[in-house]
Amino acid sequence: MKMASLQEMNSEVSTAMKIRTLIRHINEGFKNISRNGWMSFASIGAVTVTLILVGAFLALILNLNQIAHNIESDVEVKAFIERTADENDVRNLGTEIESIAGVKSVSFASNDEELESLIESMGEEGEAWRLFKQDNPLTHAFIIKPEVPKDTTSIAEQVTHLDHVREVTYGKDTIDRLFTFNDYARNIGLVLIIGLVLTAIFLISNTIKLTIMARSEEIGIMKLVGATNGFIRWPFFIEGMLLGALGSVVPILLILVGYNYLDGNIREKVSFSFVEFLPFYPFAIQLSLIILLIGVFIGMWGSVMSVRKFLRV
Amino acid sequence: MIILKDIQKKYNNGVTALGGVDIHIKKGEFVYVVGPSGAGKSTFIRLIYREVKPTAGEIIIDGLNLSDLKEKNVPYLRRKIGVVFQDFKLLPKLTIYENVAFALEVIEESPENIRTKVMDVLGLVGLKNKARHFPNELSGGEQQRVSIARAIVNNPDIVIADEPTGNLDPETSWEIMEIFEEINVRGTTIIMATHSKEIVNTIKKRVIAIENGFVARDEQRGEYGYEN
Repeated sequence: MKMASLQEMNSEVSTAMKIRTLIRHINEGFKNISRNGWMSFASIGAVTVTLILVGAFLALILNLNQIAHNIESDVEVKAFIERTADENDVRNLGTEIESIAGVKSVSFASNDEELESLIESMGEEGEAWRLFKQDNPLTHAFIIKPEVPKDTTSIAEQVTHLDHVREVTYGKDTIDRLFTFNDYARNIGLVLIIGLVLTAIFLISNTIKLTIMARSEEIGIMKLVGATNGFIRWPFFIEGMLLGALGSVVPILLILVGYNYLDGNIREKVSFSFVEFLPFYPFAIQLSLIILLIGVFIGMWGSVMSVRKFLRV
Repeated sequence: MIILKDIQKKYNNGVTALGGVDIHIKKGEFVYVVGPSGAGKSTFIRLIYREVKPTAGEIIIDGLNLSDLKEKNVPYLRRKIGVVFQDFKLLPKLTIYENVAFALEVIEESPENIRTKVMDVLGLVGLKNKARHFPNELSGGEQQRVSIARAIVNNPDIVIADEPTGNLDPETSWEIMEIFEEINVRGTTIIMATHSKEIVNTIKKRVIAIENGFVARDEQRGEYGYEN
């Protein structure tokens, strides 16, 4: 009983000690930043520029992805049926299509319905098409929805080979082009971002190197009196993380303000059904968190590089 | 307490500092390490607090074989050993109190303990009244007393001093030696590298002479044995 309470007390003491030590490290980290003045400023600036670009590219790419995804999920395969097919053939064809793997739903559209929807979709010009109601040039069609958008091509391919199918159409080209554009944007963005991230890491590690040099005497004494390596390293880690986190402040503000503006103003002007921006909440918040994390990561990495090289503890 | 078995140390630049040294120092001993400059005294001192590693041989301190000591455990070895240098190595921007307290802060001692321990040890070296001064306001002898205070504030078993009186005038040197003797009386093992013939020949202790990387003499109550 006595033993247990003693142990409890010990663990309490050590937790209290850790909190105090942590506060000390954070204090030291802040002191280091103000001590290095301009160099800290340059590091934070580099992180800021990097993160603004990272944020802009991420917002662009993620929205493009979303748009592409929206279009993709609208995709349907239309199989036009030969005029010569009788009711029985059409029914058989319907069952055959339904049995193709990956098909979600099949619906039949008669040529009259097709014409009606065509007229409607063309507005006033569509009125001219009313003449065709007497002698409808269109054919009956099956509208097929795939389970997953990726299967569109293979389903279309299989439907083409079925009897009584005259023609198969689907909007695959548009999506492919969008995705190609997306890939370009992503690759260019990645190259730019990697270059900038490396620059920011380099600048941060240089800033921390300055701190280490300025404090080499102090570090020497710390080693001599038996400070653990972790204890010596922590303030530099914190300095790096702080530099990264401070560098993410401006980019995050820009994202929040800028995205809010876009969300409010552009959304109404772009009225295509498929162009739907990711909503401010939660997207802008998530993006801000990602930016903060990248900033902290850059700072940590910069400090790790510096500490490894210049602090053989 | 401290055992060196056939210790050899060759530096990367090809210099052989120690060629095969066997030394056994018992707990509570006071040992002078003497010898010409560059004979290996400093290397010997630095081996003990694991600033350098031997090329061959074994060092055992307090039952702990330093060859088995993992890098991450070196700090815990250093906490058993206080080190004093010729050039004091005080931090100029910290007060005397802070300089001594720093040694305890960085090993995460609790604030209550720091306060008592620092004031105790400043009393021992006779600098309680200078606690709030900065190092540059103190004389060389006083600064050395601060660095001794820092070395012993954590109650180490061993104190190593590398020419602690090297920068001090004779009178001040005697004051410093008094402090070392006082620490030794309390049971702390003291190893001191020195060039001072007067000190070694007056305060008689064990003398280990290192010449050309080997132990040339090892005598209880020995003489300095060199002309200054």
